[in-house]
Amino acid sequence: MNNADMETKLPVAEAKPARRATIWSVLRERPSAIVGLAVIAFFLLVAVLGPALSPYGVHERAGEPFSPPSLSHPLGLDDAGIDMVTLLMQGARVSLVVGFAASLIAILIGTLVGVTAGYFGGKSDVVLMRVTDYFLVVPDLVLMIVIAAVWGQKLIIIILVIGLLLWTGTARVIRAQTKSIRERVYVRRSLALGGSTRHTIVQHVLPQVSPLIVANGVLLIAVAIFDETALAFLGLGDPTAISWGLVIKHAYDAAAVSAGAWWAIIPPGVCVAAVVLACTLIGQALEDALNPRLKASYLAARGFRIRRLRAEEP
Amino acid sequence: MSTDSDALVLEVHDLVVRYPIPRGLTGTLARRPRQQVHAVEGVSFTLRRGEILALVGESGCGKTTTAQAVLRLVDADAGSISLQGQDISRTPRGRLRGVRRRVQIIYQDPYESLDPRFTVRRAVEEPMKIHKIGGDEPERRERVAAALARVGLEPPDLFLDRYPHELSGGQRQRVAVAASLVLEPELLVADEPVSMLDVSVRAGVLELFDALRRSGLAILMITHDLSTAAHYANRIAVMYLGRIVEEGPAKEVVNDPQHPYTKALMSVIPDADPRKHRTAQILTGETPNPVSVPPGCRFHPRCPVVASGHARATGIEERCRGEDLGLTERLPGHSAACHLAAGT
Amino acid sequence: MSERILSVEDLHVWFDLPRGGVLHAVQGVSLSVGRGERFGLVGESGCGKSTTILAVMGLLPPNATVSGRVLLEGEDVLAEGEHSARPHRWVDISMVFQGAMNALNPVQTIGAQIVEPMELHGYATGVGARERAGTLLELVGIGRDRLDRFPHEFSGGMRQRAAIAMALACEPKVLLADEPTTALDVMVQAQILGLLERLSKELGLTVILVTHDLPLVAQVCHRAAVMYGGILAETGPMDALYHDPRHPYTRMLFSAVPDPTGESDVVSIPGAPPRLDRPIPGCPFEPRCDRAFEPCASLRPNPISLMDGHEASCHLNDPALTEGS
Repeated sequence: MNNADMETKLPVAEAKPARRATIWSVLRERPSAIVGLAVIAFFLLVAVLGPALSPYGVHERAGEPFSPPSLSHPLGLDDAGIDMVTLLMQGARVSLVVGFAASLIAILIGTLVGVTAGYFGGKSDVVLMRVTDYFLVVPDLVLMIVIAAVWGQKLIIIILVIGLLLWTGTARVIRAQTKSIRERVYVRRSLALGGSTRHTIVQHVLPQVSPLIVANGVLLIAVAIFDETALAFLGLGDPTAISWGLVIKHAYDAAAVSAGAWWAIIPPGVCVAAVVLACTLIGQALEDALNPRLKASYLAARGFRIRRLRAEEP
Repeated sequence: MSTDSDALVLEVHDLVVRYPIPRGLTGTLARRPRQQVHAVEGVSFTLRRGEILALVGESGCGKTTTAQAVLRLVDADAGSISLQGQDISRTPRGRLRGVRRRVQIIYQDPYESLDPRFTVRRAVEEPMKIHKIGGDEPERRERVAAALARVGLEPPDLFLDRYPHELSGGQRQRVAVAASLVLEPELLVADEPVSMLDVSVRAGVLELFDALRRSGLAILMITHDLSTAAHYANRIAVMYLGRIVEEGPAKEVVNDPQHPYTKALMSVIPDADPRKHRTAQILTGETPNPVSVPPGCRFHPRCPVVASGHARATGIEERCRGEDLGLTERLPGHSAACHLAAGT
Repeated sequence: MSERILSVEDLHVWFDLPRGGVLHAVQGVSLSVGRGERFGLVGESGCGKSTTILAVMGLLPPNATVSGRVLLEGEDVLAEGEHSARPHRWVDISMVFQGAMNALNPVQTIGAQIVEPMELHGYATGVGARERAGTLLELVGIGRDRLDRFPHEFSGGMRQRAAIAMALACEPKVLLADEPTTALDVMVQAQILGLLERLSKELGLTVILVTHDLPLVAQVCHRAAVMYGGILAETGPMDALYHDPRHPYTRMLFSAVPDPTGESDVVSIPGAPPRLDRPIPGCPFEPRCDRAFEPCASLRPNPISLMDGHEASCHLNDPALTEGS
């Protein structure tokens, strides 16, 4: 045994090598992701605190319709004389709730389908992926319009509709990743040890795909908010839930553009754009770093540098 | 080593494993006959407490499939696999938990066999949690520490909270062994346990297996490396195309091989001493396809005894080409499946 | 040694690490190889042997920095980086990679892949190139009729032969073989080694065999260098390395290799290789060495010339240092 002991006499390098990439460490290193995080944090704060701080109600007539921005109303009033800032803060609530909730639904379905298909393979893989393909080729917005028109225009239904149509991309990415993890020796080992399928998936597979799930979820928030805005603008949203899309729709219907009331229509648009962009920035940063398929490899090696040591020597 | 039957840990008898080859759509439509890979074709061996048996052979010879059948990761098509007298080859998959505890596997690649997110402590603890053994938290911790000490990772405290990427290949392989030992298995299957490790640390890991053997474990070692087998195994079984062609005490098999295939294998192992030049008996071609096994002795198309005309001269060529054969004992405890060896 | 064809002078390679820091993979390697010689470069994973030959080929990734000279028949092929390395690559010096399957394109025929470098370098074109590809296949022991086959129709050994044929397309003078037999069975390994040996004799080809497997080098090569921690621990004729090792690492590495008869003792080397992302002031082997003494930890040993091209970077060979102890 002395050999065995000796090998371990100098056991591990003294300094801990860099830990594996975590979601936080990935985001921290990318300026674009930091900007995205800041934007989302700002809107979350506004959504949570805003309506409580605002001196006006969302149905309160605070002055003349389409009053231009002033000190007491920094973004003016809308067609019904309601304070725009108050409306935008309320809109942030609704839009973010829709975005997060619909994305959560899509992620849950996508993960379930992706992990099942990828882990078990065979027939379940074929069937699930075929279903996924069908969902993938249907134009989302058109189907949403139809369903929203048929099922009714409640916020919860809007969330469900969006969530039920957005999971396909996630399912495909998760399936691919699961398939590759399934072949790792430690997954086979867990089964050989006598671990159940559930144990193996929960302990070894899910933790490995979770960063991808997070990245996809963030990207989907953007898509969901965008879809909700579109539905609301088309008049298919919940008429009682004041979202940014509804604010735009009201302004548009009241001919804000021809009235020159830019403050009633541009700010909610900017809000939508900012949140969608922020989510995309974060999601893409995560995906770049964590999705193995997107990693650039440099096997075709070109352009190393030459250092002339001799020239440096005295 | 006593020969009483308690010491018998594993008895494999006439094991057959075949894989169907997918025909594909065109094949099915054309009603092409279903073909099979004859991965293992009638393999028998025994393994006792405190013994290392090395299954040696080239890729595709069936050594890995044999191990997987013993682990019940593939199903046997025929034959029996007895673990301490109990045939496990027909146990339904759902009831294999107990078997899974008693038979443990060490994989080839220590860089892949540990979950990169698991600390050493968690990796070694996991098997106990799966099998709900090892008592409560503090008791399990003690067991983890004891297992680490047993595989030479001392002091255990230094390793408990490390992640696999902070360990060397040899250390990772030791962690994998520790994770198997906590289940107190009777049989350890080691699939090429050192082939991914650096030369300088291989001996240390192999000595660990030797120590485990001396403490009473039975170890089935799968390897392509006859030199390693010669040093660390008690017995060697050489496989070729799904059969064991020679089996015997390790040192005897390498120093006095009875089967022409073993002789050829020995002749191509390079020696570290540049002055020792063996005349390599290079067999032409590669291991034939286990889909269509040649008739007669399955080695005869590549056999130097047949090719050189020696078989004809001794009058056995007919039998080599037409008559399949099993192992016959040539020396005490040392058998070979060769007409030449059997005839003289 | 016969006429020098390739020499490497004080080669250093640094890699910028993605998380900051620099890995000094090759720390001053100098060696020279004669025409027609079979030279072995032996070492364990991470010792810098693969980086060394990638540098010789000029095939380093963009995060690498190189210094030193690589002289091919007296001409510095690294002087202008990629620009000066490319004209020589595959024409004067070519390479066989470890996994033949990865080196071959699965959707191109073997013939097309052998022809490709010939046409790229204007060596031969059209029917002439195809004719030559057939000849090369025969040279490595594959029938000419297999030119239009795809890699997946070949066995592992035949793929490695085809990869060798590809490497020989433009009649290189030096062939670098990086672990050419690692994924292969012993019998096929013997065939490939026999082929390399035959090619070196018949074509006067210089073969540099890079491997972790000492016995392979012992049987195939005339001379070898044992690499450790980015430096050459010992260089010399194979016979001297085995029978008269002058660096403890060489001696200990030989005794870590089991012999096929199972007779001699096998002893592993304690400890693990050094990390190359931080400076090593002394000898990189010092922490694992059984004969380390006072200067080893602090003083970097330089290669000390012994005899017949036998060199070792070990203070034990320096009488000025050993006298006191």
